[in-house]
Amino acid sequence: MRSPLSKKIINIQPSGIRRFFDVANEMKDAISLGVGEPDFDTPWRIRDEGIFSLEKGRTFYTSNAGLKELRQEICRYLERKIHVSYDPMKETLVTVGGSEAIDVGLRCMLDPGDEVIIPQPSYVSYLPCTVMADGVPVTVPLKYENEFKLTVEDLEEYTTPKTKILIMPFPNNPTGSIMTREDLEPVAEFVKEHDLYVISDEIYSELTYQTEHVSIASLPGMRERTVVINGFSKGFAMTGWRLGYCCGPEAIIEQMTKLHQFAIMCAPTTSQYAAVEGLRNCEDEVEEMRRSYNQRRRFLMHEFKRMGLECFEPFGAFYVFPSIKKFGMSSEEFATRLLQEEKVAVVPGTAFGECGEGFLRISYAYSLEDLKEALGRVERFITRLREKK
Amino acid sequence: MSENKEALRIEILRYLEKHSRVNLNDLAALMGTEEAEVANEMAEMEKEKIICGYHTLIDWDKTGVEMVTALIEVRVTPQRDRGFDRLAERIYNYPEVYAVYLISGSYDLLVTLEGKSLKEVSRFVSEKLSPIEGVLNTATHFILKKYKDHGTIMTPKTESERIMVMP
Repeated sequence: MRSPLSKKIINIQPSGIRRFFDVANEMKDAISLGVGEPDFDTPWRIRDEGIFSLEKGRTFYTSNAGLKELRQEICRYLERKIHVSYDPMKETLVTVGGSEAIDVGLRCMLDPGDEVIIPQPSYVSYLPCTVMADGVPVTVPLKYENEFKLTVEDLEEYTTPKTKILIMPFPNNPTGSIMTREDLEPVAEFVKEHDLYVISDEIYSELTYQTEHVSIASLPGMRERTVVINGFSKGFAMTGWRLGYCCGPEAIIEQMTKLHQFAIMCAPTTSQYAAVEGLRNCEDEVEEMRRSYNQRRRFLMHEFKRMGLECFEPFGAFYVFPSIKKFGMSSEEFATRLLQEEKVAVVPGTAFGECGEGFLRISYAYSLEDLKEALGRVERFITRLREKK
Repeated sequence: MSENKEALRIEILRYLEKHSRVNLNDLAALMGTEEAEVANEMAEMEKEKIICGYHTLIDWDKTGVEMVTALIEVRVTPQRDRGFDRLAERIYNYPEVYAVYLISGSYDLLVTLEGKSLKEVSRFVSEKLSPIEGVLNTATHFILKKYKDHGTIMTPKTESERIMVMP
């Protein structure tokens, strides 16, 4: 019998730390700092709106691109937040989470052999989605000394005549790194010079601290080269609702809508109605969550400093990315031992690319009590390691 | 007051309002500043009566202690020169009075009262509150169940169903 599977999918390596994830997820009594989603419930007014839409019997498909009302609110929101205007009818697509937009975007923009620049450490889906879209992933290791920001020097090293797309994963999961306007400007110039397109994954944009989030699409000449991806999972604490969106030039969004129509039909209707309420009336709730994350972020930085755990100060998302290089073991080994010996689950940096070796991703989407308990255990663990040395 | 100081004060207040037992060390770390600065601001705000106290929210229903809470609407005639303040004072000085608010709408003062029994509360209303000169009439409502108090839901939430690790 011949193989039912494509060579493409077979050749995509499963995450090397899958085993670690399996072990961690079975350990029910461990304390976790390993989750990539908010610890807050979705704000009640959003949930209530979802319930109301079900009571009203709004259980049908919406138009493929998404509810018109929602698309209009998305465009108003982006105008307010990143100061870029999009046409809700032609330049906006509502997707099943930001993840679908990444997948569909790559499939619509790549021809076989086109290269995609993927800065790492970064979220795990860019690479496999590129491969499934017949693109060639080119990973760019970001550097700790640059606070994991993308620089033009990085780009120069990895750009070839075949490069077509640059993925911009900022604010970044797992490092918490952000790109300010000053950081983005030279990158934008480089993109224009080399006639590249950008897929800017801004899913953590609401979670930017001490400064405003800046989208690369808002820089001169970049709107027509950028697909902005965002969604409700992180900022609005709506992970389980599976709702995201993308905005960009009509020519790209039109084709993405076509593929989305064939593959998905439309994003969940209940989630779409609920999200309209989120965009209209939840500024305060979002602000309150951001304030909490920021406090925990500062708390973690303070504690790391006290413990002598090396870490740059991140200003985005809800992750910190401390270095464990001086303990002389791999990220996976460190995380595995921390889990076994102290029952604290964190994610090895290598889950997000080889260049994450020597780092851990610690999420602060946890209550202060949990953070304190977990950090106490981490401290005990590293004290033991130091004593052995 | 500088803008930064004002922002710090408000952030401290917002945090303390929900977590008044936080220790100074943690609070300073959460605010991203030094312990001494947080201690200073708190002391100043206590002096200015911005911070009026640090209380504990208790669900007495879960203890063996008998406790009745009543909301009493009070209509009064305001006094010349002193408006409602004098009357409010005569009411709030009773230790069993928990709160007194001046209210817009069809009555004037809302009084919250805590007593050991319905009888005790009724006695307070008929013997102390109603006879006060200027009190026109009262309407007493007994609280049957507290669902949420001071922004806190009284029934504890079920455990989180988030999975342990994910990218």
